[in-house]
Amino acid sequence: MHNFDFVKPASIADAVKALASDGAQALSGGQTLLPTMKQRLAAPAVLVSLTGIAEMRGVCKGDGGLHVGAATSHATVAKEAAAHYPALAALAGGIGDPAVRNRGTIGGSIANNDPAACYPAGVLGSGATVVTNRRKIAADDFFQGLFSTALEEGEIVTEVRFPIPEKAAYVKFRQPASRFALTGVFVAKTGGTVRVAVTGAGQGGVFRWTEAEAALARAFSADAISGLAVPAGDMISDLHGTAAYRANLVKVLTGRAVTAAG
Amino acid sequence: MTKVSMTVNGKAVSGEAEGRTLLSAFLREGLGLTGTHVGCDTSQCGACVVHVDGRAVKSCTVFALDVAGAEVRTIEGMANLDGSLGTIQQAFQDHHGLQCGFCTPGMVMSAAALLAENPKPSEADVRHYLEGNICRCTGYHNIVKAVLAASGQDVSAVAAE
Ligand SMILES: Cc1cc2nc3c(=O)[nH]c(=O)nc-3n(C[C@H](O)[C@H](O)[C@H](O)COP(=O)(O)OP(=O)(O)OC[C@H]3O[C@@H](n4cnc5c(N)ncnc54)[C@H](O)[C@@H]3O)c2cc1C
Ligand code: FES
Ligand code: FES
Repeated sequence: MHNFDFVKPASIADAVKALASDGAQALSGGQTLLPTMKQRLAAPAVLVSLTGIAEMRGVCKGDGGLHVGAATSHATVAKEAAAHYPALAALAGGIGDPAVRNRGTIGGSIANNDPAACYPAGVLGSGATVVTNRRKIAADDFFQGLFSTALEEGEIVTEVRFPIPEKAAYVKFRQPASRFALTGVFVAKTGGTVRVAVTGAGQGGVFRWTEAEAALARAFSADAISGLAVPAGDMISDLHGTAAYRANLVKVLTGRAVTAAG
Repeated sequence: MTKVSMTVNGKAVSGEAEGRTLLSAFLREGLGLTGTHVGCDTSQCGACVVHVDGRAVKSCTVFALDVAGAEVRTIEGMANLDGSLGTIQQAFQDHHGLQCGFCTPGMVMSAAALLAENPKPSEADVRHYLEGNICRCTGYHNIVKAVLAASGQDVSAVAAE
């Protein structure tokens, strides 16, 4: 790994200042960035740790939903969101393994936007709002394809605000070696509106399956999507699963998520 | 190089670290605590698990400078004060929870984190919690048995398979 200067500010304002320097990059839990730096796929000149910023950590009930600080670990969300938003807590508790969950954070996960990551499905499926040091971004505008988001140079996620749906569930079909989602589906229902977000399957990263959303808005049951099919042409194909296999998984997991949501 | 201080196994320690110095390297090369093993160095195997402020983390995937000031516990801190094996370590020995022993420091540290959270885990709880710890030798059954025994539960009915 190439060497770098390490700084650990205690406030968002100081972090933003530090990130303005040449070649600076944010470090949150490091569970993605460290392996990437070891492979020399990233070589920041300055690493700005966000782990010392108290105002970026924690889960609390706020205006119209649940606010999760961007530097909150998966383990903390699994524990502290459980009483308010069980589907989100279960998603966080199913990421990786305990040691990964103790370091990895929601902000790092969505900023990275790995096409097989769990949080992008939870954030998009919930219709959450991503708060940064500059603005608020709707989940529908935040995720912009593989490893790509609406974040600009020097912009960091500070918080994610989740409206709490009436019913929701995340069902993940694990790729057992990486423990990421081979495919995962997050379903959320609030009143007459249903959102279905799919990770691990789409060539463009996390996406909403709008046909299923419309069918489930009419009847919220696994049967409601039995006549639908996901076009395999848009799916990822790799040694773990063909595009057709993933297209089928999307449908099967959506049905299971609807049943689990109740 | 920056001077970094932390508490390791109850003792205040300090050493030099670069930005890129991993906690695993700081412990092994800086402090000579080679009980923490580096298996994959890619966050997959769990051989390097230590506790930072009471939580299990992969020390190959944490920078030493990022945990300055923290309370770190390693496998060297798991023995009893008189040097005899701690409860979990002794259970691994009694139930043949290791063969080559390479994964064992990480297994013991993960098991200790589990038992701190959940003092009487079920067999399924143990298997689930140890997901991030890979063993190339044992086939896991005796590790699971050892952890259950360390929690004070009767393991006579748990098959070695
Ligand atoms: C063995 C293993 C298994 C895993 N399994 C899963 C899984 O099942 N599901 C899953 O979803 N993930 C999984 N992960 C990934 C894990 O969840 C990571 O923690 C997460 O993807 C990245 O979060 P982080 O806090 O570690 O971010 P980091 O690694 O610190 O950062 C990742 C990227 O985001 C940027 N960044 C970090 N924080 C911010 C911020 N607040 N604002 C803007 N940019 C930021 C960094 O600059 C970097 O580019 C796994 C990882 C490992 C090692
Ligand atoms: S050496 Fe750290 S996880 Fe394998
Ligand atoms: S005992 Fe050899 S790797 Fe586990």
